[in-house]
This record gives sequence, structure tokens and C-alpha cells, in this order.
Amino acid sequence: MADGPGTRAAYRKLVAAQVRSQTQYRASFLMDLIGSTVLTLIDVVAVFVLFSVNGSLGGFGGREVLLMVGIASFAFPLADLAVGNVEWLPFYVRTGLFDAVLVRPLSSLGQLLAMDFAPRRIGRFVQGLVIYLIALVVAPVDWHAGTAVLAVLAPLAAAVFFGSLFVAGATVAFWWIESGEIAFAFTYGGKDFSTYPATVFGGFFRRLFAYGLGFAFVAYLPALALLGRPDPLGVPTWLHWCSPLVALIAAGLAALFWRTGIRHYRSTGS
Amino acid sequence: MATAMASARTVTVLARAGFRRFATYRQATVAGAFTNTVFGFVRCYVLLSLADAGGRVAGYDRAQLATFVFAGQGMIAVVNYWGAAELADRVRTGDVVADLLRPLDLMVGHLATDLGRAGFAMLTRFVVPIVAGLLAFDLYVPAHLVTYVLFAVSLLLAVLVCSVCRYLVNLSAFWLLDIRGVRQLWVVASGAGSGLSFPLPLLPGWLVTGLWLCTPFPALMQAPLDVLVERGGTGHAGVLVAGQLAWLLIVVALARLVQRRALRRLVIQGG
Repeated sequence: MADGPGTRAAYRKLVAAQVRSQTQYRASFLMDLIGSTVLTLIDVVAVFVLFSVNGSLGGFGGREVLLMVGIASFAFPLADLAVGNVEWLPFYVRTGLFDAVLVRPLSSLGQLLAMDFAPRRIGRFVQGLVIYLIALVVAPVDWHAGTAVLAVLAPLAAAVFFGSLFVAGATVAFWWIESGEIAFAFTYGGKDFSTYPATVFGGFFRRLFAYGLGFAFVAYLPALALLGRPDPLGVPTWLHWCSPLVALIAAGLAALFWRTGIRHYRSTGS
Repeated sequence: MATAMASARTVTVLARAGFRRFATYRQATVAGAFTNTVFGFVRCYVLLSLADAGGRVAGYDRAQLATFVFAGQGMIAVVNYWGAAELADRVRTGDVVADLLRPLDLMVGHLATDLGRAGFAMLTRFVVPIVAGLLAFDLYVPAHLVTYVLFAVSLLLAVLVCSVCRYLVNLSAFWLLDIRGVRQLWVVASGAGSGLSFPLPLLPGWLVTGLWLCTPFPALMQAPLDVLVERGGTGHAGVLVAGQLAWLLIVVALARLVQRRALRRLVIQGG
């Protein structure tokens, strides 16, 4: 799709209209902003409540766990802010609004993202960024050119990874309309999983989530690379640096899945 | 007498309608149970990794922890922390006026429908994570028969306290119209303060006591789960249930008060 000035203006107007409408009820918007910001802070506090029990988690110390928490809690809100609105797809499909989306001369995914842009999510994003920056200062990072590049790329790659999951999860709604919560298992559940060192988990569950679905590449393996630590579970060191590659693969698969979903879409007729 | 019987029948019919309504969302039920189960695995492994040499965390042994996590995941949909803001939407659109014309109290109607919904969740959403937990972990099986009875009572009280709390959140729509903010605060406070994010005994003692005495949140999940895993024995379980009952009375009284104010405000606005 041509990305001319007209297209950009249209997106800008869609987003601006959303921001205006959502800030109409000011007291409610403020509480929502504070609430959703505190909500993510609670997640971080929960990790530290657990950590405080023995002063370690899965064989890692507090500063090392903080780095994993930092990557995940910066990347997830970034993905949520950018593409989290795609969660509304089942609503568009059910009500037939998706027909209107398809006939407009803009990308359907782009419209969905712009039409439900949620400014309150900015609070979480800023908070995640602060946590990540603190983690980078506090954690014993083995600084050199490679880790400096990875420190920037790792959270972005993780955000792309989560974003792909949001899109792929929503796409399921083209076949299975009430699937919303299944996607939560992999988006929010995956975020929960990647906040902790992979050594915490065990059995087939770890193999499935860490390597099968790739959640070890979100925060755990990049954090090991930044710390210059070998993996107690034996993943070779060169793989610790591969999270951007994994994110690109995930994005490619999600895009492919979305296109298949769009082709499959038959209007509800309502 | 006749009116009492008539309203009892209305409540039963509403509860049954609530049950049937949620029973029609079959795909959503499967999807939700699946998600609860995945979260159960994550939480369970994390908590078990904290166990010391004796296999204990904050007074729970491994089996008790696993039961706490999986029964807790099953309870999320039964207690229904994140229920839809239906009443608030009706206040915003003005449809609530039609509800008020009915010969049934607004709050009783809400509670009856919600009990039916909880009944359906109990048969589906509660069972799936527990079965999955049983297959993958050693779960704690309560030793005393009376525990099962107490757990049933405790769970019912948790459903009622949560339902009234959500009703209160919805009532704020009479003042705010858009309740997203209040809902968000409720989600945060109820999640962190009830034992949903982690068992409360992991927190410092003074904080746990404060939560029990000053907020209804531990009554939503920590209480029924402690009853279920027999933490502190039967006597302690009795105390927990009594505490839940006290909180139910408090939130009901509060809800009646707020509802009276809210309806007066609606009349002043001109409906």
C-alpha cells in the first residue's frame, strides 16, 4: 500500500480522534492511566515479593533477575501500545464493522491499530522504560560494543515478538470468534513466563514455552548475553544473541497468518 | 408471605437465566479455562522453585502450594474479578430506568444473575485447571470431610463479596458515567490484595493483618484457598469463614447506602 501524505494524515486523524474521545471523561481517564500504570508496577512488585523469600530466583541474584524483568516489562507495554488494540478484532468481526474496515482505502491492520489507540497505555510504557534503564545501570552487565548494541536491540526484538503474538492471537478470531482468552495465554502468559529465569520452570512445560514457542529469547537468553553468563540449561552462547532473528521470524509468521485470516474472512452479514 | 415466595421464585429464575446465558458461551469457556491452566503452570513452577530444603514456602508444603495455585486459577472465573460492566453501561445509556421500573431490587437482580453465572463457572472453569494440575503435579487432598463443606461455604461467600464489590464499582457510574478508571483500580487492588498474584503469607505479617482487617480482598481468594489446603486447621478455617461473613455484611450495607444515594441522584438528574 502506498504510504502517501494522504494516508499518513488519515492515520493521524484516526489516532487524534481516539485520544480526544478517551480523554473526554477526565477523572476517569486519569484513574485509568494511574490504574494501568500501577497494574504493571504490581507485576514487578510481585516478582520481588517472590524473590525476597530466599534472595534468589532459579539460581539468579536480584540484579540479574531485574535485568530480565526490565527487558520484559519494557518490551511488553511497547508491543501493547503499538498493536495491543488488535485484541478488538473479534468485536469488529462479530458486529460486522470489519466490513467497513475492509472497504476503506487503508491497510486493515493499520486501521484497527489506529482506531482503538489507547493513550492510557503510555504510562506503562514510560514505567517499563524506567525499570529497564535502572536494570541496565544496576545489573553487572559485561559492557562492550556487542552488548551495547544488544541492550538496545533486545527489548525492541522482544516487543516485535510480543507484537507478533498479539496479531497472531487476534487472527484466530477469523475462524474462532470467541478465542480472545486463548491469545491471553500466550501474550500475558508469555510475558509472565519471560519475566522469570527459564531455570525456574521444568519438564515439558519449559521445553514448550522456552524453546518451542521461543519465550526464552524474549528476556532470559538476551539477559545472559548481556551479563556474559553461560546458560545453566546448556543453550549454546551464540544462540543468546539471536533474539532479533527470532523476532523477525515471528513477525514474518504472524504477517503470513494475518493474510491467510483476511482471505478466509467471510462477513457475518449483519 | 406471598410476595416473599414470589420474589424467591424471581431470584431462582434469574439465577437459572444467568447460568444458561453463560452456558451458551462455549468457545469462550474453553478458551478461558485453557488460559487459566497455562497461568497455573507458570505460577506453580515459580512458587515451587522457592521451596527450601524442607520443601516449604511461607508455611505451605509443595502439594499445598500446587493446590493453592491451580484451585486459585480455577476460582478466578467463579469469583469473577473482571466481570463485564453491564450495569454501568445501562446507566450511561439510560437503560437503567427500565430496570428500576421492575418490581425487583436492582441489587438483588444483579446478585441472582451473578450466582447463576458462578454456578456455571464452577462446573466448567473451576474443574479444568484442577484436573490439569492433578495430571502434572502432586496436589493436596484435604484430609477432613468438614473441610469440603467449609470450602463450599467459603467459596460461596467469596462469590457474594466479589459480586457486591463489583456492583459498587458499577454504581460509581451514576456519578462518573465512564467507570473504566474505577474498574482499573479495582482490578489492581483486588488482584494484589487477595492472594491472586501470590499467596499473601509471602508478605510481611503486619501487611497481611492490615489487608485482612481493612480490606475485603483476602475474602475473595486467600480465605477459601487457605480453607481448602487446611492451613492452620479446622478452627482457623472457621475464623476465616467468619471473617468473610463479616466482610459480606459490611459491603452489602455499603452497597445499600450507595445505591440509595445513586438513585436519588438519578431522580435529580431527571432520569
